Amino acid sequence: MEHLLEIRNLSIELPQGKRQPPVKLVEGVDLDIDKKQNFGIVGESGCGKSITCSSIMGLLSYPLTLGKGSSIRFQQENGNEVEITSLPSSELRKIRGKEISMIFQEPMTALDPTSTIVAQIEETLRFHTSLTKAEMHDAALAMLKKVNIPRPDQILLDYPHHLSGGMLQRVMIAIALINNPRLLIADEPTTALDVTIQAQILDLMNELRESFDTSVIMITHDLGVIAETCEKVAVFYAGQVVEQASVEEIFHATAHPYTAGLLKSVTSLGGAEKKLYTIQGTVPTAGHFGSGCRFADRCDHCTSRCREAAPALTEIAPGHLCRCWLHAPEKEAAQ
Amino acid sequence: MSEHTVLLDVQHLQTYFPIKGGVVHKTVGHVHAVEDVSFQIREQETFGLVGESGCGKSTTGRTILRLIEPTGGKIFFDGQDLCQLDREAMRQKRRDMQLVFQDPYSSLNPRMTVRRLLEEPLQTHFTLTQKEMNEQVLWIAHAVGLSPEQLERYPHQFSGGQRQRVSIARALITKPRFVVADEPVSALDVSIQAQILNLLFSLQEELKLSYLFISHDLNVVRHISNRIGVMYLGRIMEQGNTESVYRNPLHPYTRALLSAIPKLDPLEEKHRIQLEGDVPSPANPPKGCPFHDRCSKCMEICKQSVPEEKELEPGHRVSCHLYD
Repeated sequence: MEHLLEIRNLSIELPQGKRQPPVKLVEGVDLDIDKKQNFGIVGESGCGKSITCSSIMGLLSYPLTLGKGSSIRFQQENGNEVEITSLPSSELRKIRGKEISMIFQEPMTALDPTSTIVAQIEETLRFHTSLTKAEMHDAALAMLKKVNIPRPDQILLDYPHHLSGGMLQRVMIAIALINNPRLLIADEPTTALDVTIQAQILDLMNELRESFDTSVIMITHDLGVIAETCEKVAVFYAGQVVEQASVEEIFHATAHPYTAGLLKSVTSLGGAEKKLYTIQGTVPTAGHFGSGCRFADRCDHCTSRCREAAPALTEIAPGHLCRCWLHAPEKEAAQ
Repeated sequence: MSEHTVLLDVQHLQTYFPIKGGVVHKTVGHVHAVEDVSFQIREQETFGLVGESGCGKSTTGRTILRLIEPTGGKIFFDGQDLCQLDREAMRQKRRDMQLVFQDPYSSLNPRMTVRRLLEEPLQTHFTLTQKEMNEQVLWIAHAVGLSPEQLERYPHQFSGGQRQRVSIARALITKPRFVVADEPVSALDVSIQAQILNLLFSLQEELKLSYLFISHDLNVVRHISNRIGVMYLGRIMEQGNTESVYRNPLHPYTRALLSAIPKLDPLEEKHRIQLEGDVPSPANPPKGCPFHDRCSKCMEICKQSVPEEKELEPGHRVSCHLYD
């Protein structure tokens, strides 16, 4: 396996009881994450970006289930390949927090308010390593220094409520990186933070990624964060990947009308035109997609073909995938 | 817009919250949420208030409507000092001054239909017959883009963007002249954000509204505001016409804030001014300029005295010792 993580045909279903078929919240997602890559996943709320990443950690919460044929293969440090979807939970626990770790959106709720910072960092170490108490303390202290926390020896003894949001997010990053993971999943790591603090955290993550040789999956709704941190980007819409390309191509050779619409509605902010560009309508509800393209109702380029059949994700340029009839190869052949 | 008359004039506004402590619940200190804020809003103008969380921008908005009582300073609305009004007079005044909240999920009563939600402010402020009320409700529903069938639904049946339309309709149904919009698009997705901002624009033109637009999103504020004020620890550090503040930021804090916005172009070179540390606690603000301990241009005088507000260009004012 050449990639660190290979997701094939991933679907996530919400069961609707015995009589009805399950609602597919995520459908047919294929993603490849390379070693040391910074991969961005962008989309609006409800597009399935967060549950896709929960499934990588084996953390899908009840009643969500993986659909048939879903495959998530991960290359472990010792070179073994594991199929995460069929791994027993005891084996999954050995991977979580060690080889794959995660940073959550709200550091204020993700940390345990009843234990000190040092206890929460050591917990991760105790589970995965056999260090002595003193060694764990030293490792925790060293890690806090790496994430640029001032007065680390004092902060170690503090409780989460003593710290500001930016500090807590640094602590979260310290916990996530302390076992030197191969893959770090960051689920909207800066959404709850102010812009100056966001800038600090993004710079820190970029620095650490280089020094730790970690691959990062950055989930966000903010195209600016994607532009500043990622190398490769997948755009999610209504549970599917609609476009996937390098960050330069996403911003400068945008192919899918949804990506273009998102970009346009952000870049028109502050422009001369007072009236903002909007993508009309709202995201369709999962389970009510119909047979055509899921973006058809909101698309400026919608044709009758878009309503009849759903386009497939096709390669329109080397490494650039797009799910749209505008770029489908059959169309070019027909012309 | 400068030919319009001043609608709202806020002078040296101050709001403190007591910190209670000890066994007998004595006041042991104050949170200096708003320290010294002065600005004016003209008719049909949008004044944007930006700043990071905890800088006092929301408290400023609420104090202006006297939902929180000011500790000091004056608020003139249409020439009248709001602080002098008694409870009943202030309640009547709120017909002209309304508030749109940030979170459309928690600011609407889940047990009322949209029609009831919209009728409530009318019942509070006017004595209308059912027929007149119905006309008003249909008018505002049309203005914000809700269909008549949607009036009989409950808030949980709506998406975030549509709920925000209901919130806006509720604020505007009394035909106010001034609206405080407290982070009205922060909880919404990008594509929905643009729809709501367009709606706020068209309503401003139609109903001749003035907005105090509070947001932490610098791009949104730039787009919607005629003039902006940048707040830090309860003070306005810099205010002026939107374009002159964004093109030529004078205060070191404004510069750092603007440089921290993630750029939308992966190829663009970044010149980011990194701010050290966090915002100090408003319960214990630093002496001198509130920004001095994070400022790269800090001088000796900054630690001693609070800078006076100076007008460097017409309408562009800054509080910083660099320009003494």
